[in-house]
Amino acid sequence: MSLFGLMWANLFRKRTRTTLTLLSVMVAFLLFMLLRSISDAFEVGPQIAGNDRLIVGAKYSQIDNLPYSQKQQVLAVDGVEAVTHTTWFGGMYQDGKSFFAQFPVMPLEYFDVYSELTLEPADALERFARERGSAVIDIGLVDRFGWQVGDVIPLISQIYTKKEDGSRTFEFEIVGTYSDNGRPSSFPVMLFHYERFRESVSFGGDSVSQWTVRVSEPDRADEIAQEIDALFENSSDPTRTTTEDESNREFARQLGDMGFITTMIMSAVFFTIVLLTGNTMTQALRERIPELAVLKTLGFTDTTVSLLVLGEAVLLCLVGGVIGVGIAFLIGPGLSVSLEGVLGTFEVAPSAAVIGIGFSLLIGLVIGALPAITAKRLAIVDALRRQ
Amino acid sequence: MLAQIREITLMNLRNLPSRLGSSSVIVVGIGGVVAVLVGLLSMATGFSSALNSTGQADRALIMREGSTSEMNGAMTAGQRATIRAMEEVAVGSGETYVVAAIEKIGTDVPANVVVRGVEPQSFDIRPEVKLIEGRRFEPGRAEIIVGVKAASQFKGLGVGETLQVRDQAWQVVGHFVAGGSVTESEIWADLANVQSAFRRGGTSNTMRVQLTSAEAALALNDRLREDPRFDLMVRTEREHYAAQSEDRAALINGFGVAVGIIMAIGAVFAALNTMYSAVSSRTVEIATLRALGFSSLPVVVSVMIEALTLALLGGLFGGGLVWLAFDGYTASTLNNASFSQVAFDFAVTGELLQMGLTWALALGLVGGLFPALRAARLPITTALRGE
Repeated sequence: MSLFGLMWANLFRKRTRTTLTLLSVMVAFLLFMLLRSISDAFEVGPQIAGNDRLIVGAKYSQIDNLPYSQKQQVLAVDGVEAVTHTTWFGGMYQDGKSFFAQFPVMPLEYFDVYSELTLEPADALERFARERGSAVIDIGLVDRFGWQVGDVIPLISQIYTKKEDGSRTFEFEIVGTYSDNGRPSSFPVMLFHYERFRESVSFGGDSVSQWTVRVSEPDRADEIAQEIDALFENSSDPTRTTTEDESNREFARQLGDMGFITTMIMSAVFFTIVLLTGNTMTQALRERIPELAVLKTLGFTDTTVSLLVLGEAVLLCLVGGVIGVGIAFLIGPGLSVSLEGVLGTFEVAPSAAVIGIGFSLLIGLVIGALPAITAKRLAIVDALRRQ
Repeated sequence: MLAQIREITLMNLRNLPSRLGSSSVIVVGIGGVVAVLVGLLSMATGFSSALNSTGQADRALIMREGSTSEMNGAMTAGQRATIRAMEEVAVGSGETYVVAAIEKIGTDVPANVVVRGVEPQSFDIRPEVKLIEGRRFEPGRAEIIVGVKAASQFKGLGVGETLQVRDQAWQVVGHFVAGGSVTESEIWADLANVQSAFRRGGTSNTMRVQLTSAEAALALNDRLREDPRFDLMVRTEREHYAAQSEDRAALINGFGVAVGIIMAIGAVFAALNTMYSAVSSRTVEIATLRALGFSSLPVVVSVMIEALTLALLGGLFGGGLVWLAFDGYTASTLNNASFSQVAFDFAVTGELLQMGLTWALALGLVGGLFPALRAARLPITTALRGE
């Protein structure tokens, strides 16, 4: 029988004990995976394909608007390839319980800068650009509200009033949906035509909440960001420019210290696991001391015997860890659907799996160390006598 | 029968110390579950209580019809004067609610803090706002006072320091408390200063009023909604803040319970493990008792009592730990309704601790039941042989 076979057989000499230990290790790692993924969703924010976009917002307050007149100046900055803009419209649908954002945008410009987004049906972008009363929605909103192309959606703006009658109800006809490779975005938005916005509002028609800038050389992104800020530093509308990645991360960080909470929970879980499994291993060793002595008598070296004990602990943790990680991947897609509205992107990440399995190895080594040392130092005569 | 139960139980409990290592697995395992559960729920409770303690039933916000946030709306001084004269209103104050981007302590990225422009009457409407350091700002001067929670979360808000907001430099002249409410996360300034810094002309976003009675809210609401000069509604403070806390508190609660359940599953496995080995290490002892004429019920009961005792200890340990470490711990999160940071204290309440103990006992019950049944079913003859 190989050494590995011996370990395996030893593990299952007490079936109930091993199964229960395995199950609790498994649960711990399942929890680890889920928490880690949630905390990733908060800390890192959505993964951005390229890092060629900058976000330009008002420097002193996020609710300040920037004037449309900045556009030409931003475009003139060396290295800036394209500029598009969004404005916070603050519309509410029905009772406003299910909030989502709407931005007036220039259709062609917007989808040029956010080139990873694809529209459906085929004529969506063309209609969106041409028809002023039209809107396109993130597919996340389709899931949430069941809207379809052709539906007319009335929204009540909390900020803007109509020039014609002073009312705050605006209607939009949905002409298409958009997504990044079929996935709903973490922050689903309705986009409508900026010209429609400019024409119909009684004030603030030239307000822009933020510019999104595409740069030609991502390596120079920081430099370009500084240049843009320098342009407006002494104007009445100073800006603050960050990379898109950084901007997402800053927003996520405002949600609260998820990292801290996750760390606290994980420490509690792992502390418990180490104690529990450690106890099981010590127990298992104590019962087998005479056997180990027999193995030594048969000519197994001290090192082999101690490796046998250590290996058993590592094997137990590793198997539990791998199963836990596997289950996380199995239930991940189901969870992400129900969590999407709350967390934005939720994905059980392969990177978390690597860390999880690494941890299971480490915990196995920590737990196995003491029994392994005991096994190594075991003197045959004493051990045999202990029966 | 009762005497038998008592004897066996006492015997078990007396030799608990000799099984200290394995018994502590139950205590720590269940303690961990209770700690995490109570910890997360205390966060939700703290968040709700910070928001809810801000609200009074006889104080109200007059805000734009259909709006959920104080950030919207534009009321002229003339409109405010008209409302002040209405019979339901005892005191009224125009308020403008904006957010400023200031770096949080411990980070180098800006987060949003509420800046509330107030008229002098605001202090009469909110008697809970008390200066603990410095003095109130003087109307017309570039001075601000800062809530204690904002001062402890954001950089550069000590008394005597200066906050730069666009072209204005505001000097911090005082710190205030507000009964633990969200107001403590705000910066207060003279309404006129905020209007000019944020270019709002003479308009305020909302009006905060002290009503003549809680019942007056409905009457005032009807009056304003019927008046064609206004596009306004009345919401009592209590309604307003409760609506803001609902979603977030429900989210944290849901998260806490979900994590608690997963951890509980792991802890049950651990408890089962421990109790099975407690039973198996006493096989001979239990069989001897049975041979002496003790019936199986006392054996079952005694194992259950042992499990429950350990679980209770675990619950007390976990709950106590969280209470010591987290009660009053200040954290902050984003208030979705205003995009700004709200600081709140974790509240480990008696109710939560009680709930934690209930969970602990439930886990102990499950963890003890199956091993107890096994103990009762041990065939006496083989068990006596110590197999």
